[in-house]
Amino acid sequence: MDLLSLFPSWLIEHGAAFIIILPLLMGAITSILPSRSLAWWTAFIVTVIVTLTSFGLVLNMMSEGTTVYSMGGWDPPHGIGLVVDALSAPVLLLISAMAVLTMVYGMPATIAEVEPKKRAPFYAAFLLCFAGLMGMVVTGDAFNVFVFLEVSSISTYALVAMGAARDRRALTASFNYLIMGSIGATFFVIGLGFLYMETGTLNMADMARILADLDGGSRVAKVAFGFIVVGLGLKLAMFPLHTWLPGAYAYAPSMVTIFLASTATKAALYLLLRFTFTVFDPSFEYVGTLVKYLLIGVGVVGMIFASLQAIFQTDVRRTLAFSSVAQVGYMLLGIGLATAAGLAAGYLHLLNHAVIKGGLFIALGAFWYRFGITRVEDFQGLSKTMPWTMGAFTVSALSLIGVPFTAGFVSKVNLATAAADKGWWWAVAVIVVTSVLAIIYMGRILLSAYFGDAPEINGEVAKRNEAPLMMLVPMWVLAIMSIAIGSNIFNLGDNFVGAAEAAARLLLGSGA
Amino acid sequence: MPDPIQEPIEHDPHVILRVVSKFLIPFIALFAFYVQFHGDFGPGGGFQAGVILAASVILYALIFGLDAAKKAFPPSWIRIGMTLGVLIYGGTGVLAWILGGEFLNYSVLAHDAAHGQHYGIIAIELGVLVTVATVMVAIFYAFGSRQPDMESEDW
Amino acid sequence: MSVLFEQYNYAIVIILMMTGLYVVFASRNFIKKLVGLSIFQTSVFLLYITIGKVSGGQPPIIVDSHGDDHASLEPVLVAAAGAKEAVGHAAAKSDVLYSNPLPHVLILTAIVVGVATLAIGLSLIVRIREIYGTIEEDEIEALDYQYNLEGTAD
Repeated sequence: MDLLSLFPSWLIEHGAAFIIILPLLMGAITSILPSRSLAWWTAFIVTVIVTLTSFGLVLNMMSEGTTVYSMGGWDPPHGIGLVVDALSAPVLLLISAMAVLTMVYGMPATIAEVEPKKRAPFYAAFLLCFAGLMGMVVTGDAFNVFVFLEVSSISTYALVAMGAARDRRALTASFNYLIMGSIGATFFVIGLGFLYMETGTLNMADMARILADLDGGSRVAKVAFGFIVVGLGLKLAMFPLHTWLPGAYAYAPSMVTIFLASTATKAALYLLLRFTFTVFDPSFEYVGTLVKYLLIGVGVVGMIFASLQAIFQTDVRRTLAFSSVAQVGYMLLGIGLATAAGLAAGYLHLLNHAVIKGGLFIALGAFWYRFGITRVEDFQGLSKTMPWTMGAFTVSALSLIGVPFTAGFVSKVNLATAAADKGWWWAVAVIVVTSVLAIIYMGRILLSAYFGDAPEINGEVAKRNEAPLMMLVPMWVLAIMSIAIGSNIFNLGDNFVGAAEAAARLLLGSGA
Repeated sequence: MPDPIQEPIEHDPHVILRVVSKFLIPFIALFAFYVQFHGDFGPGGGFQAGVILAASVILYALIFGLDAAKKAFPPSWIRIGMTLGVLIYGGTGVLAWILGGEFLNYSVLAHDAAHGQHYGIIAIELGVLVTVATVMVAIFYAFGSRQPDMESEDW
Repeated sequence: MSVLFEQYNYAIVIILMMTGLYVVFASRNFIKKLVGLSIFQTSVFLLYITIGKVSGGQPPIIVDSHGDDHASLEPVLVAAAGAKEAVGHAAAKSDVLYSNPLPHVLILTAIVVGVATLAIGLSLIVRIREIYGTIEEDEIEALDYQYNLEGTAD
């Protein structure tokens, strides 16, 4: 771990707070910056610095183990602790890296999609959303989770609504998201209230200790768990609670869609993992039952149902949005298995899916940027007019389906193996069936792009019109990462699997 | 409080409201500062004080009209105020960082921990006051300055 | 039944919670939805305040005078120094029974969050009203359906 010595020791020591505070304060400053390009540069540099810091924190976590940072010098049970451990560190790195790629993509895209006057506030809201997501993941205090959840959610509502310049349905989509998101957050905070009644503490580690002493606690703790699962379920688009997601993904500015699709639901899923396995414990009877029947139930139904819905969408953005709901089902299935292998597979799919969906949505944004198209029938002949973009889209699409040597394959195989180990062959069958459905819904887009003829515009065949470099770079970074994870180039695959296994060990180890 | 722009005309139905609120508004604003500075050892603090301060501006706007209120509390203050408050809050934390403590560790702000805690909380509450007051007024201005596009009886 | 009266605060919380949730889902008017959401959130505020009450407890304001010697800060500073048992120990020195202030602080945060949500929601409604000319969900859905049929999606 020689790389670690390159980081200033102050940054590593205070890094856990730094990665929240920097985007939060710079977000405030960005909102009053007079120049639009200055706002972009500020936001971009902030995301880069935060990514480097997160990388340092990951390295530090790997050599030193779990670290807890006391905010304001107040030690955790009473004060707020920021926890960097095997579970949170990879998600931190994922969110910040996706933020950097989104920012790179965002420079040309935002110019096309957001009114000039609103660009500085747009980047400010983006930074606030980013800060909220980082805070949600890193904090070790349960109420703090709620605060950061709302910081990120409220800025997301504003960001989604800014899509109104492109498509007026963004406003109603944002409003629906606001209603559902606030109900979710309120359910979560009700759950926390009950949990506080039961344990008298807000620190997650302390809660876990007290609940373990009480052997799961009374009915109050059961109610608390129910509220928390439903609340987080709304935020992470668990199947029947996903209705806000397709609209919000489809009509938001494309930069926001990319960031949301690859990070927001992932952070909520991370919280579900944290609460189910470290605060509560599957060994409590009610938690075990709920995990086994409810999470797997909605996971499996969601996988099939959302995949079917994805097939019937005419708008590619909505297809991908429903596919996201289906992919959440895979992760829930992995969590529901509640074995080390299953959790590792679910966690791995969480990381992989962010990479895959990020790539897909960036490519989709590029198509819109050049031709203003989002519908499946408009994709005809795109392989001829935008070969490089379509290439990246294809790689990510194959990865989503789960073709060998791609990231999607690794996580699906791990998930299927974990299910088979437990003797759940029906789950393996579901994974295969939904992969076939994925072939259908992604395949019809690819077919039309590769085998259709380039459309004629005003009697002329559309010319080759490649996406700008600022869009090509992030989408190919993600596409290549997808292949690298799948084929284990640069040991990336091993690192991802290793991170997922470490996270699974942490989840199962702490309650015992 | 600057003088309202026009003298109440002869048949002004709101003359009592105007006179009474002219007396009240300074006291409301003063009460906001009482709540603010009382906040570090009693009930009160930046949130409540900010809302009370904003309430005095909003009352002024309701009675004397939005244009008069915008003269007394210009909209240009709002964006600066919102950011400034956050920066006072965050800056206190950053100062604690520079002085070698954890983020927002007030104890390092002064020669001893007790004074440090005092200074720290006063600075924090000041930041909260500025942000809350300006945000509240911002929300009011944002909704209040929209022109109704339909007659009131259509509602 | 008597349980309901003894624990009337919980009964109120539940009634408000259910009312709010029902209003959110049953009404098709955006403003009414927001009203329901606010009621729903308010019920949570009450729940937290209920949790904070210690029977026989005083309002959590330190009663001994705030002297020059920062005596009232003593428990705070001991805790700040990192001694974990210190808070309990210092509290034990005082013979005054206080209500729990922590839920109040939490709910102050939640109220601010609620205000922010409400402000965003209302501003969205204003924009929706300006663009669609209505805030009834059914009418907006009909307009969007028309919009889709005309093939003007983007």
